[in-house]
Amino acid sequence: MTKRKAEIAEHFINAIPHCKALNMRLTSIANGVAEMELPYDLRIVGDPDTGVLHGGAVSALMDTCCGAAAMSHPASPSGTATIDLRIDYMRAATPGQAVRTRAECYRITKSVAFVRATAVDDDDDNPVATATGAFTVEGL
Amino acid sequence: MARKRPDPVQVVKQRRDATLSALVHGVPYIQFLGIEFERRGDELTAILPFDDKLIGNPMLPAIHGGVTAGFLETTAVIGLAWSVLWDDVESGRIDMDELTSGKLPRLPKTIDFTVDYLRSGLPRDAYARARVNRSGRRYASVHVEAWQDQRSVLFAQATGHFLMPQRES
Repeated sequence: MTKRKAEIAEHFINAIPHCKALNMRLTSIANGVAEMELPYDLRIVGDPDTGVLHGGAVSALMDTCCGAAAMSHPASPSGTATIDLRIDYMRAATPGQAVRTRAECYRITKSVAFVRATAVDDDDDNPVATATGAFTVEGL
Repeated sequence: MARKRPDPVQVVKQRRDATLSALVHGVPYIQFLGIEFERRGDELTAILPFDDKLIGNPMLPAIHGGVTAGFLETTAVIGLAWSVLWDDVESGRIDMDELTSGKLPRLPKTIDFTVDYLRSGLPRDAYARARVNRSGRRYASVHVEAWQDQRSVLFAQATGHFLMPQRES
């Protein structure tokens, strides 16, 4: 991927209103691999007793990161939309810690990008969640 | 044989609405997205009023796929928790003081959730209903449908599996 394309993708992702509302950050993007971070935030807690983040917020992070990975693939002309996304929740994210995710577009055709992602908190060895999805490949 | 006289309608409604309100308003993320629930008997409809902070594609504009997923997951979890609590609400076994003082019933935990994005979410209010296909002692399977202007035109649907909270014995 050209540097310019990476800049455009980064610009595009950082301009998404919902991502801004959640203070999500794109930390790396190149050649079909993207990394993003979601800071811990009391507003998006799903279980008030434990302070664990809601699965929906993790979904938003992984969906965005998977889309970014698809867009950044060298064979992708431009935009993308989610066709289907499955998320497996392995464990609760530790309260107070940011959730980080890495998505990889491991196969792309003329019409479909196949993407998988893993999310972790400070404990890198035990995934919080994994995702697999199919994304559209939009023309220019 | 004498049948127990049914509770007055106001008492029944108050119990149902207080339970639903405790489930929905105790969760910060549900408040963050602005989701509300309408109830007709035991049937729930989740409502997601449109807001700029829900946008995922500013060019179209369209609702963020993650918002759609969060909305559907919330609809599934609340719908499942509600169906499990229903008998206790109806019989009056549910502890209303505990509920209104903010002690929430334990919610089911999501094992996996698969969202099928059928069309882009327009900048309008969205609605969703959950159907519990199987609710066992440990696991449950729930399907959710979401639409905007027309009930028969879905913009997303989802299936999820959930781990049921274990009752204290």
